[in-house]
Amino acid sequence: MADADGALRALAALALGVFALAFPFFASGYHIYQGAQVLIYAVALLGLNLLTGFNGQISLGHGAFFAIGGYGTAILMAKLGVPYWAAIPVASVVCFVAGFLFGFPALRFGGLYLALATFALAVATPQILSYKGFDAFTGGSQGLSLVKLRAPFGLKLNADQWLYLLCLACGAALYWAARNLVRGRIGRALIAIRDQPIAAEAMGVDAALYKTTCFGVSALYAGVAGGLSAVAVGFVSPESFELPLSFAFLVGIVVGGLASLGGVIFGALFIEFVPNLADQLTVNFGESAKALPGAIYGVLLILVMFLMPTGAAGAARAAAGAVARRLRSRRGAKIQDGGSAASAAAKYGGKGEAT
Amino acid sequence: MITRRSFLQSSAAAAAFAASAGSARADNAPGVTDAEIKIGQTMPYSGPASAYGVIGRTEAAYFKMINEQGGINGRKINLISLDDAYSPPKTVEQVRRLVEEEQVAFLFQTLGTPPNAAIRQYCNDNKVPQLFVATGAAMFSDPQHFPWTMGYNPNYQTEAHIYGKHILATKPDAKIAVLYQNDGFGKDYLIGLKDALGADHAGMVVKEASYETSEPTVDSQVVTLQGSGADVFLIAATPKFAAQAIRKSFDIGWTGLRIVSTVSNSITSVLKPAGLEKSKGLIDAYYGKDPNDPRWKNDPGMKEWTAFVAKYMSPTELNDANATYGFGAAATMVQVLKQCGADLSRENIMKQAANLKDLELPLLLPGMKINTSPTNFSPIRQMQLATFNGENWELFGDLLTG
Amino acid sequence: MAEFLHQLASGLALGGVYAIMALALVMIYQATHLINFAQGEMAMFSTYFAWKLIDSGQPYWLAFFATVVASFIGGAVIERLVVRPFANAPVLASVIVFIGLSLIFNSLAGWLYGYSVTSFDTPFTGRPWFGSGYMSAHESGAVLVTFCVLALVYVFFRFTPLGLAMRAAAQNPVSSRLVGIRVGWMLAIGWGLAAAIGSIAGMMAAPIVYLDPNMMGGILLYAFAGALLGGIDNPFGAVFGGFAVGVLGNLIGAYVVGAEVKLSVALAIIIAVLVWRPSGLFGRRLVARV
Repeated sequence: MADADGALRALAALALGVFALAFPFFASGYHIYQGAQVLIYAVALLGLNLLTGFNGQISLGHGAFFAIGGYGTAILMAKLGVPYWAAIPVASVVCFVAGFLFGFPALRFGGLYLALATFALAVATPQILSYKGFDAFTGGSQGLSLVKLRAPFGLKLNADQWLYLLCLACGAALYWAARNLVRGRIGRALIAIRDQPIAAEAMGVDAALYKTTCFGVSALYAGVAGGLSAVAVGFVSPESFELPLSFAFLVGIVVGGLASLGGVIFGALFIEFVPNLADQLTVNFGESAKALPGAIYGVLLILVMFLMPTGAAGAARAAAGAVARRLRSRRGAKIQDGGSAASAAAKYGGKGEAT
Repeated sequence: MITRRSFLQSSAAAAAFAASAGSARADNAPGVTDAEIKIGQTMPYSGPASAYGVIGRTEAAYFKMINEQGGINGRKINLISLDDAYSPPKTVEQVRRLVEEEQVAFLFQTLGTPPNAAIRQYCNDNKVPQLFVATGAAMFSDPQHFPWTMGYNPNYQTEAHIYGKHILATKPDAKIAVLYQNDGFGKDYLIGLKDALGADHAGMVVKEASYETSEPTVDSQVVTLQGSGADVFLIAATPKFAAQAIRKSFDIGWTGLRIVSTVSNSITSVLKPAGLEKSKGLIDAYYGKDPNDPRWKNDPGMKEWTAFVAKYMSPTELNDANATYGFGAAATMVQVLKQCGADLSRENIMKQAANLKDLELPLLLPGMKINTSPTNFSPIRQMQLATFNGENWELFGDLLTG
Repeated sequence: MAEFLHQLASGLALGGVYAIMALALVMIYQATHLINFAQGEMAMFSTYFAWKLIDSGQPYWLAFFATVVASFIGGAVIERLVVRPFANAPVLASVIVFIGLSLIFNSLAGWLYGYSVTSFDTPFTGRPWFGSGYMSAHESGAVLVTFCVLALVYVFFRFTPLGLAMRAAAQNPVSSRLVGIRVGWMLAIGWGLAAAIGSIAGMMAAPIVYLDPNMMGGILLYAFAGALLGGIDNPFGAVFGGFAVGVLGNLIGAYVVGAEVKLSVALAIIIAVLVWRPSGLFGRRLVARV
């Protein structure tokens, strides 16, 4: 019963939306800040999911575009006095161009090779950021400090609340844009290129254009997230954009569910809170075990891949499907096989569902 | 007419007023109860800078020792030390958690230049003392602009200044080559050195080469520096790279004066891996006693350290320079808390931190004293030069102040 | 001139380490058509294992061979337990698993052995072999070991039935099964051999770069660049690539852009190779027929 599914989903989305809007008004400053971080990660994950989930291009280097967004915003704000609401869009356009340009050589390599090239990009990024020649702009290793956000128009919001709402607005708008992209012709083209590149080309899809544009758009999203992050933390330095960041993004989309736009929220929650969780667990192992969170994180990663290969979104879908089936069978209707086939298909390549 | 009664009455009233005013002013900081003082800290326990994690562990052990001895004025110290993996965004998050969730009284020995730079504004805006930051960057001793942030280490620029003066005094026509880490730490050395040389001797620095910590070795840079024909080599590097530089410079036959940064003077972590023979003749500026040095065998301060390690740490940490550093920092903190007495407000904690007078610590060189004042936020400013003779560091000259 | 020779020599020395690491990557690629992002951390962990043995008094060569054997077993076990379940999953799942593995090994090493810099013994002690200061005894020894390992790998793949079976299993698992090759075991052995070679790389690197949990990060990237440059399916190519990257990195760093952006040079090499000659200088060109 598609109506019941749709209604359930709409209800869930509404509840989530209400919670998200009300959140900054009852939570403490620190939690609001964490909420903003989750939203920022979600935006970056949206971008990466477009590229890797829907278009099949593996990027281990999205931390680099995040860094370009962050530094771009910081340089514009700190050195040129541009206000944040102009700096972030400008920096993200720069990211789009960078991503688009990187997409050209990326056309030549597929799969693992692209992963390798983007891995190299992620490792080299902090070095490039610290390069002496750019010191005048980047502030070198001292980094750049940014002024705190202030709510505009005299709204009675403190800096944390305003930041959160800004991130929420950006996140919602970018999610909506991504959803429309994916559901339309472009989305179908991207998925076709991922699953059957030769057939897609034969049907007249300009793979090169779509793939490079997808790279650009994905970088733009990462740039927006980077800019918001720079404003949130109030500081950028090369150490803010090391390799673990790029890994975290990849982890986020896989845990959330490849090719699942709704799943990015799970992914963002995972990468924001699980490291802290791992930190807590190590308390039992004694002082020297402060190094263990990394190991616990790695183990959790592998476990998630074992148990939930379609990510949290896939698991949620499967669970919802199971619930729906039980409801239907109670009504005596025919058991639909749609659920199991869909999850099997998702396991082996993920038909993109823009949930 | 002032009768004795009215005098007594008015003085009693005055005393009561003063007492009530005093207790109203001494609103203890959050995290301070009758039983404990909560202190916050971020340290890199994971990631590339995790070798410094031992500092946090040593400080936790020191506070444990103090607690077992009864605490400070009846209060136990509760150090909450969180991992920030040397990543500024993570530091900001953890510090907010410490200040807003855990409600710590103040921050102590947060480590690293970028992490501290990221949280400095927050701490000053929220009037949370950011005490004794574990970095020698000069920017953290700026009471005029950031009155709530105080450094601890001898400033890297100060140290390089001392080296520069020494070179001018002993080798006035030297040609200097500098290897430096491409971050605030390394660059501070360059600034301090050039500052000491001044404009008329600026030409003495014939070659500079930097490196990133993600590189496997600095061998190539050392070769380049030797090629410049320099006869003085300043190694502004962290332990791993300093060891490589010391070894390589010896291997390629570079016979010149080599000066190494104080963060890399540990015999066990740097000179032994480099090769004791290859480290002969190194010069370094010292501010603490080296546990490897036999001259301190019967020194009471060293005995205190050895006993502490035996009871609270693991034996491998006896010779760890980071551990002795943490020991001293924790002792300084305890002194500040003792000086606070009954008033543990953030204002008073900051005030007492800026009010250390001639404090001597067990592991500081004899004659060295820690001093702070409202205009001087650099607790340790004295150092003494030492040269490595193949077995241990030999101090020479006088205590120098940067 | 002397400086140039020094740069060349130290480039070759480090290049030898990159070359051995690249061989390990080639081994995994030949066996599984996967690129193992965790190879560096596994090599580091093996080196710590060796260090522990030497520290407890064992002679160097005993520790060396014990580590190689232990790494072989460890690699094979990891393949069966952790990597095999994802054999049919999309490539991305394997990449995630590799990332997880590298995190685990890095943290475990930090927890067990601490993060301080440690020195690691070398069997090649004494005066520099060629009398001059260009290469230390160990560095020359490491280059020699590189060629020994290369020879062994070449002989293994070319002249032994097991090597042939492994190559077949990677290229065409279905047909291989039909002729009786135990494809599963081939994959496990491939991982085991790669781990063993990686441990040799680690033990050769540690005396030069010093042992600490983060020692292999930069080296891995250069090894990738070398393997790609030379051809990821060609052992000779990989070794050549490793040396080339070592020397090029040093020379470009010293004379062109400054040594602090050497990693970007590696990045540039990777991208340039992938754009212009994806099969590398000596690899076989793969043509996909539509």
